[in-house]
Amino acid sequence: MFNEPWEAQAFALVLALHEKGLFSWQEWAAVLSEQIALAQAGGDPDRGNTYYQHWLAALETISQQKNLSNEDELLRRKSQWTAAYLNTPHGEPIELSAGEIS
Amino acid sequence: MPHGHHHDHDHTEPPSDLELRVKALESLLVEKGLVKPETLNSIIETYEHKVGPRNGAHVVAKAWTDPEFKQALMNDATEAVASLGYCGRQGEHLVVVENTNDTHNLVVCTLCSCYPWTVLGLPPAWYKSAPYRSRAVSDPRAVLKEFGTELGEKSTIRTWDSTSEMRYLVLPQRPAGTENWSEQDLQKLVSRNAMIGVELARSPKQKDEDGK
Repeated sequence: MFNEPWEAQAFALVLALHEKGLFSWQEWAAVLSEQIALAQAGGDPDRGNTYYQHWLAALETISQQKNLSNEDELLRRKSQWTAAYLNTPHGEPIELSAGEIS
Repeated sequence: MPHGHHHDHDHTEPPSDLELRVKALESLLVEKGLVKPETLNSIIETYEHKVGPRNGAHVVAKAWTDPEFKQALMNDATEAVASLGYCGRQGEHLVVVENTNDTHNLVVCTLCSCYPWTVLGLPPAWYKSAPYRSRAVSDPRAVLKEFGTELGEKSTIRTWDSTSEMRYLVLPQRPAGTENWSEQDLQKLVSRNAMIGVELARSPKQKDEDGK
């Protein structure tokens, strides 16, 4: 099952995009298998606990292959979220707008 | 104090890099109208609470007690399982492989982790691990032994490699001494591991011991 909430989010994103017809399950399985093989080749002992990391990397890859997103936009958005956390007082909800780059 | 040494700066510590990557992608896809947050929530809800090995145990116990259902299951498992309300979302086909006195079946996905989600829920970590994925093929007998499953020398082990189009479910042998058992009681003997094929269905005696 999911060890952390982000794993569940990443899992659900793939199913939702697939159900919307943005890629076939065969295409997804191919990208995921390739990602797992790459991680193993890179020295990951791949004991099952890093599975959702591979899943997420495969999701980023297929999103770019299918032009649903691109690397620039992803990096920009990630720094925006980081800034949003840093700009939000502890205990308050994190809104993306708090990280807008002015 | 929950915010430790950071209490002098009024901010929130950002989460892990992995979490930020998911947040980045998710917020972009939502903005573009490609996914809806409520769809994501309902998918998570389904997989956390609604699907799991109980579905598979229901299928197995019904096959043990209802010859007509078993026939249908062996002919077309996707359809037979759907008749119980368990439908796949990835358009995959389900195939049921039956254990007999001579043949024991074992399921693996050597490339990733294809798994019959609709009847078993999400796979355990060991199913996704590289050692299991390779050894289920190269040395299935040793794998079974690690799960405490000893088969007679005469029985052959058949390993089934799942794909994105084809998922397998093992139909274990019905344990001896359960002739008068109800379908509901039989379900309790069918574990997730038995339906992957690394274990056998529990015997009535094992069940009593587990219950203590």
